[in-house]
Amino acid sequence: MDKFTQISGIAAPMPLVNIDTDMIIPKQFLKTIKRSGLGKNLFDEMRFDRDGKENPDFVLNKPQYRQAQILVAGDNFGCGSSREHAPWALLDFGIRAVISTSYADIFYNNCFKNGILPIVLPPEAVAVLMKDAEKGANARIEVDLENQTVTASDGEAFHFEIDAFKKHCLLNGLDDIGLTMEKAASIDTFEASAAAARPWV
Amino acid sequence: MSPKTLYDKIWDAHVAHESDDGTCLLYIDRHLVHEVTSPQAFEGLRMTGRKVRAPEKTIAVPDHNVPTTLERLEGIISNEEGRIQVEALDKNAKDFGIHYYPMNDLRQGIVHIVGPEQGWTLPGMTVVCGDSHTATHGAFGALAHGIGTSEVEHVLATQTLIQKKSKNMKVEITGKLRPGVTAKDITLAVIGATGTAGGTGYVIEYCGEAIRDLSMEGRMTVCNMAIEGGARAGLIAPDEKTYTYVKGRPHAPKGADWDKALEWWKTLYTDEGAQWDKAITLKGEDIQPVVTWGTSPEDVLPITATVPAPESFTGGKVEAVKRALDYMGLTPGQKLTDIQIDTVFIGSCTNGRIEDLRAAAAIVKGKKIKDGMRAMVVPGSGLVRKQAEEEGIAQIFTDAGFEWRLAGCSMCLAMNPDQLAPGERCASTSNRNFEGRQGYKGRTHLVSPAMAAAAAITGHLTDVREMM
Repeated sequence: MDKFTQISGIAAPMPLVNIDTDMIIPKQFLKTIKRSGLGKNLFDEMRFDRDGKENPDFVLNKPQYRQAQILVAGDNFGCGSSREHAPWALLDFGIRAVISTSYADIFYNNCFKNGILPIVLPPEAVAVLMKDAEKGANARIEVDLENQTVTASDGEAFHFEIDAFKKHCLLNGLDDIGLTMEKAASIDTFEASAAAARPWV
Repeated sequence: MSPKTLYDKIWDAHVAHESDDGTCLLYIDRHLVHEVTSPQAFEGLRMTGRKVRAPEKTIAVPDHNVPTTLERLEGIISNEEGRIQVEALDKNAKDFGIHYYPMNDLRQGIVHIVGPEQGWTLPGMTVVCGDSHTATHGAFGALAHGIGTSEVEHVLATQTLIQKKSKNMKVEITGKLRPGVTAKDITLAVIGATGTAGGTGYVIEYCGEAIRDLSMEGRMTVCNMAIEGGARAGLIAPDEKTYTYVKGRPHAPKGADWDKALEWWKTLYTDEGAQWDKAITLKGEDIQPVVTWGTSPEDVLPITATVPAPESFTGGKVEAVKRALDYMGLTPGQKLTDIQIDTVFIGSCTNGRIEDLRAAAAIVKGKKIKDGMRAMVVPGSGLVRKQAEEEGIAQIFTDAGFEWRLAGCSMCLAMNPDQLAPGERCASTSNRNFEGRQGYKGRTHLVSPAMAAAAAITGHLTDVREMM
């Protein structure tokens, strides 16, 4: 997994609430057995018509947002399914951070496994950053994970909270499985005592 | 000892390691696997030379993109990519030595129907699957939730998940349900009341007389849609109905193990005085047969209502409702019962169990579906299908003009060829009405099986109580 320390990039505004995982990556693209290559299908049904022609009104099709690295999104982003294809598609497109008031739990977790930072901020802060994102390519938003800040293009900074363990893993690009394997002895011990207490499991 | 919720008790019984910051390794008792979210996880194991730590606790079944037409019995999957995924699961199950129900096994079906049916799902367990509707298994008083593919790989390799504890939320449904009102109406009514983010960060325990009165099938329907309310997991404390359902199933405990299990299961309830971080109560008597009108499961109203106006909402929801009404082709003020339907789908992990099919068949019996209607019943498992055939239910459906399909997820998420065409409008017993969910530009109205059956007959959304 790529480390996440800080980025300064173009933010695309997506004010719609409840953007779900079917919007982020429709099911016809879940038939892959790989993690890569999904960026071209990100937001497919909003981005393209049936013949594959771009919808010029969709934010990521506008020239100023094609290189976006950040999404500023409406409430409850990523609701719906557990498909990790959603963060895979975001990452493959080039999105490294999302800013919203809230996320669905599973999507939120999935982001951290893929080097994407989902930032939670209060509605007033998201509103400011949404306005900033609407300025287009001239408004670069800065995200600093170490200091837990998001800075708008005019210098206004917002502090965000994040779980310390998740932050540590993201900053260092750590592999969860490797970390857990280091605790194999605890798992062995637990497994043995659970097998004695609940032999039917 | 301070009083605990049911969630607290199951959580405490599964913490294998706790770090100073409260991050835990939660031990997983059952890992269910399907073809769509697992190939990358198995690939990850191969690349790192890791094994499946507990293959005896890992159960796989293809369900998401298997065809439900009879050609499948010849082993045909005409969609090339879908075929590759199913074959990858065949191979992964064999290579890693996990339990497997292949596509044409009689016991195959939707993973969340197969787990309980085969007795893999038991009270007090931790159950995960790379699918958000894993919440279904909470009906047994199991802590069950969906995970992403990276977590699938993590569980395969370590039999644990890195977790922090969620908060406790109580959803109480008091009193009795009125005739024509089902578990599906309960779970949709709850989402209507809390919103799709109302449960985010919580594990829900459903309780109250109306929940206790539900069958195990009905309880699975309720817990199944905890995720649509934002909660990762929904739980219902086990009781005699649970034990009766479980007993004798292929992988349920037997003999002395059964007695020991039962002794523990009987301790699995929320203690008097336990603390809830959030609680809501609905009166069972107030719940009516409901239907969704928009593109979020929270867009739910009683069938007797009219399509709402965007202005009646606040905040970001105003724009979302405008977009939803445009997508759904509906006008504010329109009666929900005037909405014409061209497709009916009965099935899914929400409503593909025998009781669901019985409820729909009771409405359909002796009638014909509306001319031009496409109606299909997709049983949740091969065993449900067989039972329905033995009970004469399949015949009722086919006589009425329904297609009678093989088991799978089918049009719930439309990964296989069972899809809506642009503009088609479906009364569906599934769980999500998102844009494009059942097919590009397809329109979905979520309903109970009886309501779906009623719509198939009349050709429009219908108050099932008028047909009872």
